[in-house]
Amino acid sequence: MAEADLPIIELRQVHKWYGEFHVLKDINLEVKKGERVVVCGPSGSGKSTMIRCINRLEDHQQGQIIVAGIELTADVKNIEAIRREVGMVFQQFNLFPHLTVLENLTLAPIWVRKSPRKEAEETARLYLERVRIPEQADKYPGQLSGGQQQRVAIARSLCMKPEIMLFDEPTSALDPEMIKEVLDVMIELAQEGMTMVCVTHEMGFARTVADTMVFMDRGEIVERGPPKDFFTNPQSDRTKLFLSQILAH
Amino acid sequence: MANVDVTQELPLPVERPPASAVGPLGWLRANLFNGTFNTVLTVAAVGLLAVAIPPLIRWAVIDAVWSATSGQACRAGGACWAFIGQKLRFIMFGTFPYEQQWRPLLVVVIFIALIVASCNRQLWGRRLGLLWLAGLVTVGVLMWGGAFGIAYVPDEAWSGLPLTLILATVGMAFAFPLAVLLALGRRSKLPAVRGICVAYIELVRGVPLITVLFMASVMLPLFLPTGITIDKLLRAQLAIILFAAAYLSEVIRGGLQSIPKGQIEAADALGLGYWQTTRLIVLPQALAVVIPPLVNTFIGTFKDTTLVIIIGLFDLLGTVTTSLSDANWRGFAVEAYVFTAAFYFCFCFFMSRYSQMLEREFNKGRQR
Repeated sequence: MAEADLPIIELRQVHKWYGEFHVLKDINLEVKKGERVVVCGPSGSGKSTMIRCINRLEDHQQGQIIVAGIELTADVKNIEAIRREVGMVFQQFNLFPHLTVLENLTLAPIWVRKSPRKEAEETARLYLERVRIPEQADKYPGQLSGGQQQRVAIARSLCMKPEIMLFDEPTSALDPEMIKEVLDVMIELAQEGMTMVCVTHEMGFARTVADTMVFMDRGEIVERGPPKDFFTNPQSDRTKLFLSQILAH
Repeated sequence: MANVDVTQELPLPVERPPASAVGPLGWLRANLFNGTFNTVLTVAAVGLLAVAIPPLIRWAVIDAVWSATSGQACRAGGACWAFIGQKLRFIMFGTFPYEQQWRPLLVVVIFIALIVASCNRQLWGRRLGLLWLAGLVTVGVLMWGGAFGIAYVPDEAWSGLPLTLILATVGMAFAFPLAVLLALGRRSKLPAVRGICVAYIELVRGVPLITVLFMASVMLPLFLPTGITIDKLLRAQLAIILFAAAYLSEVIRGGLQSIPKGQIEAADALGLGYWQTTRLIVLPQALAVVIPPLVNTFIGTFKDTTLVIIIGLFDLLGTVTTSLSDANWRGFAVEAYVFTAAFYFCFCFFMSRYSQMLEREFNKGRQR
């Protein structure tokens, strides 16, 4: 399909500053429909900032970001249109603690997509089934384990039927024994063809699902390529150093 | 793994706590007699109560006079509750025309019914808003009259309990939404909006309510063109609303600040707009956090309504004070004020208990 080759996310010469600090330097990135991109790099390298620019939780000061054919500007209409198509999963889950799991899942479909409540609830239960916690629908987030909360957060994003999913270190706040249950859900999602941009340190996961690896350091993209080449034959010294540290044990 | 010492293969049996830690004896020990200092305090407090309570009961109940035809017949040494009985209608409804006093009575009933209905969380929503609107319109018709065949009563004659309830309830009902807007405005990214809200809050908080009431009744007419007057009751009501809003908004802002940024980011990422995020995500959490100080402010506002006496409105405290000046019934100030205090206490205690119930309900199953 010719359409599949068109980029659904495009970052062109994007720069961002926090005050005087240059966080993103000349970022160029294209993500095609159905492509899985894993972004890695040392902490403070700007990887979270970059994916948070894609749904404009952060604004960039120079360059262009085009998502699903819409350019991100200060225009609130554009921002809201893009956010409807882009789901995001956070490191800290950010579930709404005053709402039940089911209400967390149906909130945006009802208020943003204007779906009828009944339909929204059916969809929500379907996705809870898919993340394997249908029995938790009526509990509050505070009553669930970290791994369950993160799976609810993934389901909450999926209920909006997004074209793209962004993951910002989804397993970094989890206890080790819960990482797998979240990664399993993400792998399934990848196998179904979801377009994904994922910031993570889980290199096993990256090997399994990534089409493209992106390595960032000090605000720039240092290296990119298919995981096979990236892991076995990294080009830059900075990538080599990072991989040696992260894969050492 | 030979160093690992496995001492217990089976789980340890569940044991009951020692008898001295539970039951009434355990409670006494933990709460009243834990340590020398607290034991001394407990004994001293019991002694004080033993000295104070019997004379109080003698005054209020045993030696009290429950019915008498004049003040002279009422001086037996105990409380003269007959005074309250004699003046009850005046204390309750003040100068409202005597034969028409079923109207303010009905108003009081309507207010209490509305308040009780509002306490049921199942009713919260648009319908409760309509109920309040209907209730307030009915209150207006009953108090003013001049329609449906009931006589017109100017609001200068409104007094006593209905006046207190109107000032307090209408005051809080309008102050609360205004306060939410002020609190949101103070956190706005727009400098003009923020500036106006900060200026308003600081200005109003910086002056006593009495001055605001005074200014409203004495100074405002000087500024208005001749011939245009704003009703005295309306002025007092506005002053209370504007005043309470400034205090409430700071309480609400405290709640807004307690909401983690991630909550707003998650709502943004789902495509919710500013007002949806505020209404569905931020406010429900923020307000639940600040229930105790909110109720604090509500109780304060309720009691502050007594200050309207300064501009010549006779609320519950005003009618009580007036009733003391009857030459036939002189010298029963203690009884009168005890009675009024009991009234205010009932309302405030109800608010406080209800807020505790709400807190418990909001915290059910939430992470803390």
